[in-house]
Amino acid sequence: MTDATAPVPDPMTPRGTSSWAARRKVLGEFWFTFRQNRGAVVGLVIFAILVLMAIFAPLIAPYSYEQQFRSNFLTPPAWEEGGVPQFLLGTDAVGRDMLSRLIYGAQYSLLIGVVVVSLSLLGGVLLGLIAGYFGGKTDVVIMRVMDVILSFPSIILALVLVAILGPGLVNAMIAIAIVLQPHFARLTRAAVKVEKAKDYVTSAKVAGAGHLRQIFVTILPNTFSPLIVQATLSFSTAVLEAAALGFLTVGAQPPTPEWGTMLADAREFMLSAWWVVTFPGLAILITVFAVNLVGDGLRDALDPRLKRS
Amino acid sequence: MLRFLVSRLALIVPTFFGITVVAFLFPRLLRGDPVLLLAGERGVTPERYEQLVHQFGFDRPLVIQYLDYVWGLLGGDFGTSIATKNPVLYDFFSLFPATLELSFFAIAFAIIIGIPAGIIAAVRRGSLFDQAAMGVALVGYSMPIFWWGLLLVVVFSGMLGWTPIDGRINVRYFFDSVTGFMTIDALISGQRGAFSDAVRHLILPTIVLGTIPLAVIARQTRSAMLEVLGEDYVRTARAKGLPPRRVIGIHALRNALIPVVTTIGLQTGLLMGGAILTEHVFSWPGIGKWLLDSISSRDYPVVQGSLIIIALIVMLVNLLVDVLYGLINPGIRHRG
Repeated sequence: MTDATAPVPDPMTPRGTSSWAARRKVLGEFWFTFRQNRGAVVGLVIFAILVLMAIFAPLIAPYSYEQQFRSNFLTPPAWEEGGVPQFLLGTDAVGRDMLSRLIYGAQYSLLIGVVVVSLSLLGGVLLGLIAGYFGGKTDVVIMRVMDVILSFPSIILALVLVAILGPGLVNAMIAIAIVLQPHFARLTRAAVKVEKAKDYVTSAKVAGAGHLRQIFVTILPNTFSPLIVQATLSFSTAVLEAAALGFLTVGAQPPTPEWGTMLADAREFMLSAWWVVTFPGLAILITVFAVNLVGDGLRDALDPRLKRS
Repeated sequence: MLRFLVSRLALIVPTFFGITVVAFLFPRLLRGDPVLLLAGERGVTPERYEQLVHQFGFDRPLVIQYLDYVWGLLGGDFGTSIATKNPVLYDFFSLFPATLELSFFAIAFAIIIGIPAGIIAAVRRGSLFDQAAMGVALVGYSMPIFWWGLLLVVVFSGMLGWTPIDGRINVRYFFDSVTGFMTIDALISGQRGAFSDAVRHLILPTIVLGTIPLAVIARQTRSAMLEVLGEDYVRTARAKGLPPRRVIGIHALRNALIPVVTTIGLQTGLLMGGAILTEHVFSWPGIGKWLLDSISSRDYPVVQGSLIIIALIVMLVNLLVDVLYGLINPGIRHRG
């Protein structure tokens, strides 16, 4: 809402901190706190590497993710007996290069994280804003529906939704987004209720701001901190749940190199070829771990009350 | 306390009806004819179809169908499994002990390691132990447990041969189920080696299902402990010259455990989700595998019934946690 070229401070902004410089100062302070958390920085670096890996997958990956080498079924990693340098992390049961599939797999995990978080954030925030701002019956109905969603373990509800929508990556993402959005709705609603009672909202109302302006311009920006932390948490949950659905064979379908789906394919060979189950899971773990490290750092930097002393 | 309990229960009622709506709508939202899906029959003649439509009440308005469904549920009619022809509730009760036994061991595992680890990490804040423990806890918290299970099987069953790959007990042993808890039944049977075999079957699933609760409990114990250790009364106790063991063990721990109890309860509720994956990996014949199998074999009455039952279990556990929290935390109890 703050325009870099705006000559006059926006009267709708709380405490009148609207200028570019002030915004930069806040960001600077945030970065200062965040940077002190070594784990968070490590997480950010790992995450950046994953993003680069996903973007440049066609350039980095030695082979395509579906190219089969019919003379190399279940070749062990290069350093093992029987391994060849051509396939650094070995090949799977149909002779596809593990490393290439893992690199391409990063695209899917990150896509899942981004899409699911965007969908659940959008849906949850909208519902939370409506519930919190209007209150009354609207509030009751929305929040009871959220309660129902939350009363199922998320993976179970996602499974059932996928059974209705049909298996596949897109439907799995929709299902997970539906399951995750109540958290955003609850957070937003709570934040809106707190903010709504504050003076700056009342003054904006007196100044003649309409419902939409009140909701989106006055209140929403002040609910960002908890939402960002929740979004990070949801990102890692989304990656995990999508992989779980893939593992249960209702998520992404073969030959998609989604890590969970790869695990499902590899399961029958796990006792004879350890590498086909080890690496995809390790990739999931590293991704989720990195995001959680960043999440911890964000929480400490954005919300002093939650700080892990 | 009573008012607190009543307000909690008042919240549960609409949620329960919401859950029944989800279960009721489920087969009606699937692609395909819900009548045939629920009957699970093939080659149905038109006459038989008419009969089924009438039997399931599809010839009546949707609202009436729903009320009928809920009325049945309240009377304990959760439908009949297509696969086993048993009432869903009957199958549930025969499978639930397996999940309960596994969950019990998993939570015990998480508590026994998680709480001491959290306490030590807090007391020796910043030490190597603290950093290592919290690092490991974050790894555990990020764990894709289905993979963790496969990995443990590869190492401990495949490479080392220490633990069985799946199931609850070796087929060598056979005895009647008395309690449904394999470890207890094995003891009752008095067969040599049966008990230790049942325990060996439990080790890996317990670790897998307990990993995330363990990580969460350790992290929560540490932060609760740190908060309490900074309080004035702890400093007073120290200043009085009480031995550190007493200050930490009694003064600090008692208060720090209040939020930890809540965490343990919430994790217990979350176990049902983890149980699905764990039971799938280890072919553990509990309700997680039951639900999964019923989805893939299109046994929709079971899906409906188990959905409601699982959601009810989660809700009851959460209610129990709330009540327990109210009991141990006077601040909540008196606010009502």
